[in-house]
Amino acid sequence: MSFREPHELHKRRWSRNLGLGLVLAIFVSLVFGLTIVKVTQTPIQFPDTQATGDQ
Amino acid sequence: MTDASIQTQGETGEAQFGDYVALLKPRVMSLVVFTALVGLLAAPGSLHPFIAFFAVLCIAIGGGASGALNMWYDADIDRIMKRTAGRPIPSGRVTPNDALAIGLTLSVFSVVMLWLATNWVAAALLAFTIFFYAVVYTIWLKRWTPQNIVIGGAAGAFPPMIGWAAVTGDITLASVLMFGLTFLWAPPHFWALALFMKSDYEAAGVPMLTVTHGRRATRRHILAYTFPLAALAIGLAFTSVGGPIYLAVAVVMNALFVRSLAEADSYKVEKRYFGFSLIYLFLHFGAILAEAALRPWGMGGW
Repeated sequence: MSFREPHELHKRRWSRNLGLGLVLAIFVSLVFGLTIVKVTQTPIQFPDTQATGDQ
Repeated sequence: MTDASIQTQGETGEAQFGDYVALLKPRVMSLVVFTALVGLLAAPGSLHPFIAFFAVLCIAIGGGASGALNMWYDADIDRIMKRTAGRPIPSGRVTPNDALAIGLTLSVFSVVMLWLATNWVAAALLAFTIFFYAVVYTIWLKRWTPQNIVIGGAAGAFPPMIGWAAVTGDITLASVLMFGLTFLWAPPHFWALALFMKSDYEAAGVPMLTVTHGRRATRRHILAYTFPLAALAIGLAFTSVGGPIYLAVAVVMNALFVRSLAEADSYKVEKRYFGFSLIYLFLHFGAILAEAALRPWGMGGW
C-alpha cells in the first residue's frame, strides 16, 4: 500500500542502471585496492626527508 | 494495435547493459587480454599481482573503447554487411552518440588509469593504439586503401608491447618482435576471412583486397606475408622471451601454416585456414607464456 508501483522508465532502464552501478562500485574498489598496494609497496616519503636543502 | 505503435516509439534506443558491453567487442577483447597478459608475464622483473591485473584491465578497456569508436564511425557500413548488421548501433539498440561518448570516456579513463598504475610509456602506447585503430585505421584508411587490413592489424598487435612496457617501462627487441608477430599475422588472417566473405565487403564499398584486386592477388598477398611471418616467429625464439618450447611450436606451426597455403582454393579451405590462423597465434603466445611460467623453476628460456 505504501509503496508505489515503480515508474515505467525505471523498469525499462533497470539493467542499465544496475550495470552502471556495479561498474562504478567495481571502479571504486579497484582504485582503493590500487591505493593500498601502492602505499604498502613504497612507503610514503615525508617532506622533511627531502626538504633539507630548502631551509 | 495502438499498443504496438506506442511500444516502438518508447523502446527505440532503450539499450540494455549488455548492448553497451557488445560495443566493446568482447571477442576481440579476449585476444587483447591474452596477448597483453603474455607480454606482461614474459617481461623481465615483476609487477604486484593486483597492479598486473589492473594494467591488463586497462589495456582491455582501452581496446574496447577503440572498438566502440570503430562501431560509431562504421555504423553506416556495418548496416549493409550481414556479419555486422546485428551490432548494437545498426540494429538500433544503441544510439551513435552514446557509442561515441562511451568510446571517448573509456579511452581517457583507461589511459589515465594505466599511467597512474604503471608508467607513462605503457599509457602512451595504449593511447597511441586507440588513436591508431579509431582514427588512422577506421577513419582514414579502411575506406581508402586495399592495404587497410595491414594498418588495422598493427593496432591489434600493440597489447603485448603495452603489457611488457607496464613492467619494464621500455620498448625492447623482444617486445617489438612480439608486436611484429601479430602485425604480420593479421593480414593473412583477415584476408582469409575476406576470401570467404567477399560479397559482403563489396556491397559495403570497403576496398578489401579481394574486391579491388581479386581473389588470386589476395592469395598471393597472403603467401607473401607468410614467409616473413615465419622468419619473424622463429626469430623470436632466440630473444629473451623464447626457448626450446617456443622454438618447437614456432617451427611446427609455421611449417603447417605455409603448407596449408599450397592447397587449392575453395570456400572450405579458406574457412579452415582462417580458423587455423587463430590457433596459430594462440599457440605462439601460449608457448611464450609457458617459457615465462617455467622460468621460476629454472626451466624456461635458453
